[in-house]
Amino acid sequence: MLRLEGITQVFGGLTALEDISFTAKCGEITGVIGPNGAGKTTLFNIVTGIYSQTAGSVFLGERNVSCFPPEKLARLGMVRTFQNIELFGQMTVVENVMVGLHTKSRSGIFSCAFKLPGHLREERIIRERAMHWLDFAGISELGPTEASSLPFGKGRLLEIARAMALEPRIILMDEPAAGLNSRETVELAALIRKIRETGVTVVLVEHDMELVMDVCDSILVLNLGRKLAEGTPRAIQENPAVIAAYLGEG
Amino acid sequence: MKREIVKFLLFAISVMVAPLIFKGGYLLNVLVFVGIHTMLAVGLNLLLGFAGQISLGQAAFFGLGAYLSGILTTTYSVNPWLAMALAALTVGILAFFIGFPILKLKGHYLAMATLGLGIITYIVFNEAVDLTGGPSGLSGIPNISLGTFVFDSDGKNYYLIWFFTLVTILLSLNLAHSRVGRALRAIHDSEVAARVMGINARLLKVQIFALSAFISTIAGSLYAHTMTFVSPASFGFNFSIELVTMVIIGGLGSIYGSFLGAAILTLLPEVLRAFQDFDIIVYGLILILITMFMPGGLIRGVPTGLTFLLSWLKRSRSANA
Repeated sequence: MLRLEGITQVFGGLTALEDISFTAKCGEITGVIGPNGAGKTTLFNIVTGIYSQTAGSVFLGERNVSCFPPEKLARLGMVRTFQNIELFGQMTVVENVMVGLHTKSRSGIFSCAFKLPGHLREERIIRERAMHWLDFAGISELGPTEASSLPFGKGRLLEIARAMALEPRIILMDEPAAGLNSRETVELAALIRKIRETGVTVVLVEHDMELVMDVCDSILVLNLGRKLAEGTPRAIQENPAVIAAYLGEG
Repeated sequence: MKREIVKFLLFAISVMVAPLIFKGGYLLNVLVFVGIHTMLAVGLNLLLGFAGQISLGQAAFFGLGAYLSGILTTTYSVNPWLAMALAALTVGILAFFIGFPILKLKGHYLAMATLGLGIITYIVFNEAVDLTGGPSGLSGIPNISLGTFVFDSDGKNYYLIWFFTLVTILLSLNLAHSRVGRALRAIHDSEVAARVMGINARLLKVQIFALSAFISTIAGSLYAHTMTFVSPASFGFNFSIELVTMVIIGGLGSIYGSFLGAAILTLLPEVLRAFQDFDIIVYGLILILITMFMPGGLIRGVPTGLTFLLSWLKRSRSANA
């Protein structure tokens, strides 16, 4: 589903990523782990079109999507969430998800300003779809709440609901468990599995090892901008190089 | 939804009735300006309050509308309505193409670029003497007429201008509560998240910039035909700043707030005449106090202030009893 070939990123004189190649298989949950500064978030920003890589290619399915802007990737079925949750704070929860349905609707400035009949029908459908996705994430009761007043954990769920509203083929989550308590993390794991059940490919960057080992089908380990290992959670846990990197023996 | 319609109707009726109460005179002339300024502020609010993009060059579009209408109707004897449409379309399209490079910039840089746009236009108004009449201005601009009915008094112009202002308000309200309005607010709150949601932020920002220029141009044309005289002094940098102030004082992202801001900033100098030489100081003081104590603008600050006052009164009364 998602294939990276020789991704290299240089910031000034610093090589943040060097020759990373890897594949996230369709319908699987893939974890990207590594100590701080390993380049996980940089890799995510490249894949999702926020940064442009120095070298290498990104393929979505068979299509080379290297350096595509995020709005174009969204239309091709790729969506992401952010480590520090990027909600639309001044809007209500349901409106946030309605923004996620932007690509599923078409009304332009003209038809919105003049309230053409097609636009009104579309609004109703969008609102219903948005409620469906809130329900999917288990926060439908929060619909009319202003997004900025949500507790962090609920904000995370909202961000996932909003991303799922695009009906993506692949969703990338940047540290979804960051800032969550243990109960919320368990709920999150259930939600991630539920997303996989809908046939969506999941890639997550995560520090919470328990979560990663629990939900992931395969794992990519980065260290100091290089690929250290790749494999099933079990294989990774027993990999001496990974253990060394994490315990600082390397 | 229903409440929105009722609110708008009440507002529209108040606008219709206002001249009957003030019965012509000087205040009516001021209210004509409140209408023009509301239109400009609402147009700017779409850009500043919704999309979160600053423009310090709105006076340029206002001026272009006024001058294009003025020149077309005097030098080339074009019908005022046609002149207005031509001006708005030309400036709207121009703004669309200028918008692409300019709106790539963010924050202070965008402010500088739009400021430059305003200054260049101002210089052209002053220096292109053959076309614009230079600093002494352009006079003899005809009034707008509808068949044999000529809008040649404050009373008539009031209804003409407020008709356009109400249409602008209505369409902007519709836009605000729609897919496009949500996309704009999304860009404002987090541009990167908006793009990840598939919103073409760059294109949408440019479109809304062009729309706000289009609205300002129409306001400019109406101004020219009402005043029958235009000169560069009305379209300087100060006026662009004043428009930004109206939007912020009224409340960013609130259409009715823009009306409040426009009304206050237009009426205040008239009221403050009583302070004579100190008027500018009092004016500044009021603006500072509003921004300090009502960061959400008058539209949000006044209701909050009133509820606070009421509960305070209630408490002090029960304390006395």
